[in-house]
Amino acid sequence: MLGLGLLVGLWALVSASTGRSIPTPYETWLQAVEVFSNPFYRNGPNDQGVGWNVLASLQRVAVGFGLAALVGIPAGFAIGRFAFLSRMFNPLISLLRPVSPLAWLPIGLLVFKGANPAAIWTIFICSIWPMVINTAVGVQRVPQDYLNVARVLNLSEWKVLTKILFPSVLPYMLTGVRLAVGTAWLVIVAAEMLTGGVGIGFWVWDEWNNLNVKNIIIAIFVIGIVGLLLEAALVKLATAFTFEEVKS
Amino acid sequence: MNASTHPSYSTKFIEVQGVEQTFRTAKGLFPALRDIDLTIAKGEFVALIGHSGCGKSTLLNLIAGLTTPTNGALLCANKEIKGPGPERAVVFQNHSLLPWLTCFDNIYLAVERVFGAREGKAQLKARTDAALALVGLTHAGQKRPGEISGGMKQRVGIARALSMEPQVLLMDEPFGALDALTRAKLQDELLEIVARTHSTVVMVTHDVDEAVLLSDKIVMMTNGPAATIGEVLHVDLPRPRSRVELAEDARYVNYRKAVIDFLYTRQAHVEKAA
Repeated sequence: MLGLGLLVGLWALVSASTGRSIPTPYETWLQAVEVFSNPFYRNGPNDQGVGWNVLASLQRVAVGFGLAALVGIPAGFAIGRFAFLSRMFNPLISLLRPVSPLAWLPIGLLVFKGANPAAIWTIFICSIWPMVINTAVGVQRVPQDYLNVARVLNLSEWKVLTKILFPSVLPYMLTGVRLAVGTAWLVIVAAEMLTGGVGIGFWVWDEWNNLNVKNIIIAIFVIGIVGLLLEAALVKLATAFTFEEVKS
Repeated sequence: MNASTHPSYSTKFIEVQGVEQTFRTAKGLFPALRDIDLTIAKGEFVALIGHSGCGKSTLLNLIAGLTTPTNGALLCANKEIKGPGPERAVVFQNHSLLPWLTCFDNIYLAVERVFGAREGKAQLKARTDAALALVGLTHAGQKRPGEISGGMKQRVGIARALSMEPQVLLMDEPFGALDALTRAKLQDELLEIVARTHSTVVMVTHDVDEAVLLSDKIVMMTNGPAATIGEVLHVDLPRPRSRVELAEDARYVNYRKAVIDFLYTRQAHVEKAA
């Protein structure tokens, strides 16, 4: 609360010193009340309420992230379980992971011939790495004791997967998911600025073109709050699925 | 199950022949075991004792089939031990229960694997309940390992191993992590269970009293690296054994002294050699 107060104070100070080119907190608040009083209006494709924009962004993140989970988690399991796959793919992952996901956007535009799939593609690329890597690390860190139990019992690969690997990897996997969603939410804003259409990132860029700085500040808060909620939800999910003995 | 029906291996149920185990480490090859020859009869209780790092657990893992020897051969019931299997159940040092399953489910996993092909669900459940009852934990079946004490966890581990009706029970310092009172209680329980089930047991321990109290044969190992069997002591005490009566029994005291003499006089652990 104190931190927030300090931020607003600093903001007011900057606003005053720049001669109102950055709006004051109060003006922004009034604008926010107006924006949020009708978040779901539609005046054509380029003028929609903030609610639609957020939902559009969330939808892209969900689809891109979902596809990444679908591919990344099984891939992580395979890479963690089989040493030769890990030797094969680790250099590749190390090479591709540091690349800004936005660098993949043109490839997406080229291949999918559309802004929306290209944005989803970018999200897919950026969220797949944390999931692959964390899942693989989780599989490699399954305590040897549990695997010895599996060996003594001669469990089938399926039983090993469902009764031993999956539960013990779950916490690592959820860490990967959390990192992935966090990154995805960061990247979507930038991707939408480039692709346009509808979405919170596009909204920021559009308001910049309209020189409506108040809305940009509102968007910053909206992006922050949505990110916070996503993170909180995933932390909650992670704690619900983490077992006492696995945490240590 | 009956020893008399298999006379060919009643005295040589497990055979360890000229086994040598060398590990590849970052510092080069590490010779853990050499020239290990050992036979274990059906229904025999054998303790492996020695200082830490002498390769007791390595030998147990070899019998379990979790590792394969660099040289030599291991046989169980005249068949070469090629890998781990439920007929050689292992009770691990740190219980190794799966924390996300209840005690019941932990045992059920084993029971289902061994008997699932032949028996129905009701029978498998009955077997699991029986195993829990055997170690006196019927009430804890629906608890998770995290919710019960260390001694109870170890008992579930033993129940899991016994539920598979193994030909051999391999125990790697099963009571090492427990306090003295709990350990004594579980040792007594184990004595009773083994007397009832006529199990063949190989147990790794560093506790002299435990070894003398439980075993028919104590295998004493020399210090590593390249450890081997120093001496085998046959413990000829009548069963059932009671720790209270044995405490003053002259034979018990002599056996105990023989093991202590081996461990602390002839194989005194020389730290500076390491």
